[in-house]
Amino acid sequence: MARMKFLCDADRCIECNACVTACKNEHDVPWGINRRRVVTINDGKPGERSVSMACMHCTDAPCAAVCPVNCFYTTADAVVLHSKDLCIGCGYCFYACPFGAPQYPRTSNFGSRGKMDKCTFCAGGPEADSTEVEYAKYGANRLAEGKLPLCAEMCSTKSLLAGDGEIIAAIYKERVTQRGYGSGAWGWQTAYRETITV
Amino acid sequence: MQVLKRVRPIGPVLAAVVLAFGLIVAPAGAQEGPSGSNPTAQSVNEQQLLQELNKIQGRITIPDAKAATLEQPRGQDFRSFHEGALPWIGGVAVLGMLLVLALFYFIRGRIRTRSQEAGVKVVRFNALERLTHWVTATAFIVLAITGLNFVFGKRLLMPLIGPDAFSAWSQWAKYAHDFFSWAFMLGILVMAVLWVWDNLPDRYDGHWLRVGGGFFDTSNRTHPPAARFNAGQKLIFWSVIIGGIALSVSGLFMLFPFAYADVNGMQLAQTIHAVVGVLMVAVIIAHIYIGTFGMEGAYQAMGSGTVDLNWAKEHHSVWVEKQGAKTEPSQPAAPPTPAE
Repeated sequence: MARMKFLCDADRCIECNACVTACKNEHDVPWGINRRRVVTINDGKPGERSVSMACMHCTDAPCAAVCPVNCFYTTADAVVLHSKDLCIGCGYCFYACPFGAPQYPRTSNFGSRGKMDKCTFCAGGPEADSTEVEYAKYGANRLAEGKLPLCAEMCSTKSLLAGDGEIIAAIYKERVTQRGYGSGAWGWQTAYRETITV
Repeated sequence: MQVLKRVRPIGPVLAAVVLAFGLIVAPAGAQEGPSGSNPTAQSVNEQQLLQELNKIQGRITIPDAKAATLEQPRGQDFRSFHEGALPWIGGVAVLGMLLVLALFYFIRGRIRTRSQEAGVKVVRFNALERLTHWVTATAFIVLAITGLNFVFGKRLLMPLIGPDAFSAWSQWAKYAHDFFSWAFMLGILVMAVLWVWDNLPDRYDGHWLRVGGGFFDTSNRTHPPAARFNAGQKLIFWSVIIGGIALSVSGLFMLFPFAYADVNGMQLAQTIHAVVGVLMVAVIIAHIYIGTFGMEGAYQAMGSGTVDLNWAKEHHSVWVEKQGAKTEPSQPAAPPTPAE
């Protein structure tokens, strides 16, 4: 089984937000929820970089550790998923997540938050694969269809890579040696306790 | 822009050649990009940003302001405290207190009233005081149980009843925690107003604390003088007020998430709330013990609002004298002077 990871090549990201739009459309994500977002650092200054960020599907995920009802689980592909049936909307996972991935549909409703929603690596949830009930709660299950996350597929500059960690690391390494520079695999040290050395 | 201006007159074919040449050349001259400048020279560096601020902030194009935080590895500190130290602090505080009370009971037993009942009742807490106490107490017990569930539920209860039942219970527990908190906050405020004057330190407190309130005198002869509240009760009062305010403020942060704080502020609020919460549970367990089973005659004070005169003389001698002085004129002790 593969160890699925995301990698955003910040030297290629042009902040077009196609990944964000693709994600929203593919999973019918409601208003106010962004499973993926693009953050621009040093905006308008020399050396500005944009990074597309969603759940990184951490090794030993902090969200899963702090969850008071243990609603998280890790699939065989190392994708971190959760059960909306078990989630109580306490908000701890957002405090623990280094990447701000968990989202809540009712943020302003007196702290009740509703069921947490986050990037599923296009792998659905605990329900049976590619069913209507799974789609309604977690969105499309592309992994079950043998496809990779749509955000990375739609990326106009192929900045965002999604797939087996070893393969995307190799692609990134090759790029960096080819072009001679690279600002690194953003978030990898925090999420996977390892980084790509070129 | 300058490069483009120069390229345009040359014509598209030449431009393509120039561009292609640039692309081929780029890897060889690693530090020089096609435009002649090094694109990484000024670029932001993740490790450097994290070392400087332990957090990476940027700009986003969506309304959710907290999404502008790209990375906050401090979430891992929150996690390690929440799952590492916190269950230990809570477990040691609560079980430790139960153990101490059990030991105390086996050594000292129930604290009995030495003298017989006088049969005369003295009003100790009026209706408003009792209402405030019991509203706060009921709210606290609900908050304590539902609060402990956040820390210990998945460790103790979930293996017994399974994830589905536990999640359903936890969902209701969370709602109860959110809504009972308002009764608790109101209770704390009214309580502070009602009892703050009687809980200011006075000259009897030093002696009371020195003899340990008579708690450790197994012959039960030590009954240091005390006003309406003895030093031990004052300690309970102030820990309830200070702890209650800390819980209320940190709780309000969580009732209105991200309204007054960013993610690191929320982590701090949750941490303070959890630590003060488990410590308060331990304090209140001791308070419940001594107010009910631990001391004869103590429960009546808050139950019916009245205590026996002799109990009051033993435990709150100074207060009884003052009450007596206040009530004396109404008693027919001195015969009224007849008018001419």
